Amino acid sequence: MDSIAGTKSSLSWAVNISVVLLVVLWLIPTVGLLVSSFRDRDQISATGWWLSPFPVSENYQVKAPADHATPEGGVNTITGNVFGEGSGKVSRFGGKRAAPTEFKAGETAELTRDRTLTVQSDGSYIYTSPAEITRDPSIYFAAASPPDFSLDNYRTIMASDNMDRAFINTLTVTIPATIIPILIAAFAAYALAWMDFKGRGFLIALVVGLLVVPLQLALVPLLTLHNKVGIGQSFLGIWMAHTGFGLPLAIYLLRNYMVGLPRDIIESAKVDGATDFQVFTKIVLPLSFPALASFAIFQFLWTWNDLLVAKVFLPSNSESWVMTVKIADDLLGSKGGDWGILAAAAFISIAVPLIVFFTMQRYLVRGLLAGSVK
Amino acid sequence: MSPMIQGMLTILIGVGGCVGYFFASNLILDKIIFPPQKKNPGKNINRANMVRPWLFLFPALAALGLYLVYPVVGSFYRSLFNRSGDDFIGFGNYTTMFADDGFQTALLNNFLWVLVVPASATFLGLLVAQLTDRLSWGNIAKSLIFMPMAISFVGASLIWKFVYANNPDIGLINAIRDSFGAAPLDPLQLPFWNNFFLMFILVWIQTGFAMVILSAALRGIPEETIEAAIIDGANPFQIFFKIKVPQIMGTIVVVWTTITILVLKVFDIVYTMTGGNFGTEILPSYMMSYMFRDDGRATAVAFVIMIIVLPVMIWNIRQARQEMK
Repeated sequence: MDSIAGTKSSLSWAVNISVVLLVVLWLIPTVGLLVSSFRDRDQISATGWWLSPFPVSENYQVKAPADHATPEGGVNTITGNVFGEGSGKVSRFGGKRAAPTEFKAGETAELTRDRTLTVQSDGSYIYTSPAEITRDPSIYFAAASPPDFSLDNYRTIMASDNMDRAFINTLTVTIPATIIPILIAAFAAYALAWMDFKGRGFLIALVVGLLVVPLQLALVPLLTLHNKVGIGQSFLGIWMAHTGFGLPLAIYLLRNYMVGLPRDIIESAKVDGATDFQVFTKIVLPLSFPALASFAIFQFLWTWNDLLVAKVFLPSNSESWVMTVKIADDLLGSKGGDWGILAAAAFISIAVPLIVFFTMQRYLVRGLLAGSVK
Repeated sequence: MSPMIQGMLTILIGVGGCVGYFFASNLILDKIIFPPQKKNPGKNINRANMVRPWLFLFPALAALGLYLVYPVVGSFYRSLFNRSGDDFIGFGNYTTMFADDGFQTALLNNFLWVLVVPASATFLGLLVAQLTDRLSWGNIAKSLIFMPMAISFVGASLIWKFVYANNPDIGLINAIRDSFGAAPLDPLQLPFWNNFFLMFILVWIQTGFAMVILSAALRGIPEETIEAAIIDGANPFQIFFKIKVPQIMGTIVVVWTTITILVLKVFDIVYTMTGGNFGTEILPSYMMSYMFRDDGRATAVAFVIMIIVLPVMIWNIRQARQEMK
């Protein structure tokens, strides 16, 4: 439409390029996380993830065996190869811990007390000392190692860190908290959409109002209540809380959808003698499937990703941690510097929502539109 | 009993209970209380139909009442008591709180968040919606920009922790600084500006939301208005700002307020990124720092959030009532 007249092709180029830039900007952080989660931890600290396809230069240390020293021309000499039986390419080397890459490969390093060290780029070295060599001298060198991608981070986090438990806990919280509100809300939405009674307008306004009530208000009174009733901090408590918190959106979305269903179908069914219950279960519910799916996706993403409700309504012991709590309260503290493990944990926690998102995007978009554009 | 089995049972009991309740209550209403067979069946049917909506509504209303209406009152009531909940101290919690430096920082930062995040997310969303509108690969682009919506705030924070990391071999920002020869710095510890780095995470998440809705609104604009503008010689920028934007103003406001409400609830980002340190505290995270320690103070903060949300709530309700007429 815009291109009917007045648009120049240069503008179209500009549009294409700016969208590419925006998309790249939006994707880079996530790609970084994904790449990092597969990298070896030493490589992560050696180079940025954007350099991960290239070999990484890392520093190593080997000991030259002192008992192999032979006297040659008045000096004790050790020869050997830093790679032992293997092979590689030494770029720099050094003779002391403080300056491990002081010299280029092939140079001869003059060390203290007249000792010398030469390391060739193929790894062979000559170490000389006028005095007798009693302890194994250290050789420091930097060599390029090929990119190292593996599932090790995932294995570590799943096996040793209780992340599998957290994953199951998240699933346990999410599924009932998604299914139960749908049913309750569907009946209420039908009543608000197709039944005539006093106070309907008020109830709809109430639901709209409750949509924006900050969850923060609910935390203290409800936790107190749960403790009094004996539910305490438990899975039962969080299921009930999520059900309550999800209902306004569920009722609102479903009512908006049901109101739009053709009046003829419902009225003719009633004329034929169907009760409201039959109209609801046999006609309205099947027709509302898209709206039900939209809400189910919303509620699923919301409960899966939730941190606040889980922190308050679940017990604070590590057996009941869901993944968000596990990452925010445990891993960030205890594994703060272990970026590979953190990335793997984050990716485990966002993988399921991403799959749901990309497979059911249609319903998600439809739900968003029904909820907002009016 | 393992939580997994407990979960299965809850689904069964919950779903079965709901279905059973609705089925049985309707049956009782029709067959026992107001049976249409005996004397005056017509009156009975009418009566039954007067009661039925409330049968349908009862579980939802009970849950809403308990989990959302009661807490508004309950929180306010609790905020009038001291830490242990024994002594009534009136507005004592509020007065000590407003005098607290931490609270003032949080309130100020929160106003910054409310100003910056909805505006940036809506603007970027509108920009992307317009740019991708006629693009052949527009849907793929939109899908990718929409993606962060699926990621949890905690996950998003971790993703951005990588970008912001102090180490130039991990953090992109410091890598770029490093290539210009600047010394690495921690963006999250820069006073004042660190707030904006945190805000950008939420903008990153919410732009997709704004884009999806605004893109649908742009598609809904009657084509005649644009055609007329083109014939009159308007350039693409004039078409966008003078023809399109005014027509979708209503939707822009809806998107803006929706994100505003969200901003007032999100504590996860600040909690994960800085824990409220370095002057980045906002009200929801300030509240969480008192949760489990001082319920009186925590509920007072929650109630302040509620009061900030209130105008939006009233506006929403009025909009909804107008639509129903």
